[in-house]
Amino acid sequence: MKPTDFADELGEWLRGDGPESDIVMSSRIRLARNLGDFPFIKKCNDVHKASIESTVCEKVTSHSDLADTVFVKVNDLEELERQFLVERQLISREHSESSGARSVAIDKQEVFSLMINEEDHLRIQVMKSGLDLEKAWERVETIDNALEENIRFAFDSQLGYLTACPTNVGTGMRVSVMLHLPALVMTRQIEKVFRSLEKVNLAVRGLYGEGSQAMGEFYQISNQITLGKSETDLINDVSEIVPVIIGYERKAREYLINESQDDLHDKVSRAIGTLQNAHQISSEETMQLLSKVRLGVNLDLIHDVQLSTVNKLFLRTQPAHLQVLAGKKLSTTDRNVERANYLRRHLNSSQGKSDSGEDLFV
Amino acid sequence: MKCQKCEKPATFHITELTGDEVSALHYCAECADKYLKSDSDDEPVAEEVGTAITKHLKIDQTADELHRLDQKVCPVCGITFYEFRQSGRLGCPNDYEYFQEELNPLIMSIHGETNHVGRRPARGDDGMLMQQIEVIRLRKEMTEAVEREDYELASRIRDQIKQLEEELQ
Repeated sequence: MKPTDFADELGEWLRGDGPESDIVMSSRIRLARNLGDFPFIKKCNDVHKASIESTVCEKVTSHSDLADTVFVKVNDLEELERQFLVERQLISREHSESSGARSVAIDKQEVFSLMINEEDHLRIQVMKSGLDLEKAWERVETIDNALEENIRFAFDSQLGYLTACPTNVGTGMRVSVMLHLPALVMTRQIEKVFRSLEKVNLAVRGLYGEGSQAMGEFYQISNQITLGKSETDLINDVSEIVPVIIGYERKAREYLINESQDDLHDKVSRAIGTLQNAHQISSEETMQLLSKVRLGVNLDLIHDVQLSTVNKLFLRTQPAHLQVLAGKKLSTTDRNVERANYLRRHLNSSQGKSDSGEDLFV
Repeated sequence: MKCQKCEKPATFHITELTGDEVSALHYCAECADKYLKSDSDDEPVAEEVGTAITKHLKIDQTADELHRLDQKVCPVCGITFYEFRQSGRLGCPNDYEYFQEELNPLIMSIHGETNHVGRRPARGDDGMLMQQIEVIRLRKEMTEAVEREDYELASRIRDQIKQLEEELQ
C-alpha cells in the first residue's frame, strides 16, 4: 500500500464528529519511547537506525493487537509523499525532513501512528476526532503494553522513561487538543487566554505543532511538563482546562452574534463568496477563509455547506494533497489555480448534497 | 542547530507561510523576538529546551567553567556536553547519569520535579538499564573495531552483544 492511497479517506482527526466538535477538532496523545540497548537518534549510525527499524517492524507486525497496520518506509518516499503524510499529521515535519532509515506504522483508520526513528526511537501517537482524551489514552495504553511485551525501553527507576530531549523525560507523554477559536481571535481575547494557560503549565502551539504559528485560528493546547505527574493527572490537567476555553469561545461567539451580527455575517459571507469564485488562491488564504466558513456553518449563518465538507477542504487544498489528487506535480502558481478550481467545484456543486464523500472527487 | 542570523543556538522554530510556500525559520530568542515583533501577528512561540539550558548555564557558570563543561564526553555514546547544549538532544540513556549534575537542575527547572510517578514497565526494571547501557557501549566499540578493520575483535564483540541481548529478552 502506498501512503497516498489514504487520499480517498479523510482520516480520524478531520472526521468532524466526536464531543464538542464545533470547537474541538481533535484530541491527541503521544508517547516517546527509546529502545534501551541503542544510543538515542543523535548518536545512531546507519546500522543502528536500520536495526531499530527492523526490530520494531517485526515486533509490531507479529503482535495481534497491532495487526491492522500499514508499514511505510519514510526514507523511500518522494518528498511529495512525505509532505502528504505531514499534512495528515501522521508524521511530523522533523520525521519527514530528517535522514536515514525511518518508518511510520499507521492503522487503516488513521487513528494511530507509530513513528520509528523520529526524535526518539518510537513515537506512539493516537488521534481522536473531537474532545476524547479518555478513548485516546485507552488506545495508547494498549499499544504501549503490546510493545512492551517484546521491547525493553530505556527506563530509569527515578527518572522514568528516558528520552532524547530532557523536556520529554518521565512519562514521555504529550497530550494535546486542537481547538478552533475564531471568535476569541476576532474579539481580541486570545492573548488573555494564552497568558492564563502559561500560568497553569500548558503550552499553546499552531496547527502543525512544535514551533509553528497558528494557521486559520487553530490552536493546540498541550501539557508542558512530563515528569512528576502520572499520565492520568497530566491528561486531567488538559481535560479540565479545555471546557473552560470552549466556554470562552462560545461566549465570544454569542457576543459576536448579539453585538455585531452584521459584521460577522458579512465576514463569513465574503469568505464563502471568495472561496466559491476565486480563480487563484494560496493555501494560507484558503485556510483563513475556510476558518471563517467553519465558524459560519457552526453558527448557522451558512446553511448549504456541511461541516465535514469544510474539514475535507482544509486537508485537500493543502499543497501535497492538491498535487496527489491532481495526479501530478504543480508549481506554486499552478497550485493556486488548481486549488481555486477545486474549491469552486466543491463549494458550488456539493451544496446541500449528502456527505457520502465520493462526489468530492468529481 | 544555530540561529540563522547569529551564532547562538536556535531555540525558536517558526513556520512561515508566504503565498503557498511553507518555510521553516530557526532563530535564537533575541532574533526571534525581533523577527516576530516586525510581523503584524503577535503570536506566542513555544520556549524550547535550548533556551532553558542557555539561561540556566549563564546564571551558574563562568566562561571558564562552561568551556571545561563543554569538553565533557560521555564514555558510552561519545556526545560532548557542548553538542547537547547546541542541539538540546542527548546521545544515550547513560547521559542522564553521566551529566547528572548539570541535567538535574535543568530537569528541575523544566518539570519542577525529578521523580517519575507514572507508568512503569510491566516486566519490571531491575538493573536492566545498566546492562542495556553496556550493550550500547559494546556497539560503539564494535563500530570502532570495524573502522580500524579489526574484524576479529568486531566479531567477538558482536557475539558478546548477542549474548547480552538474549539475557535482556
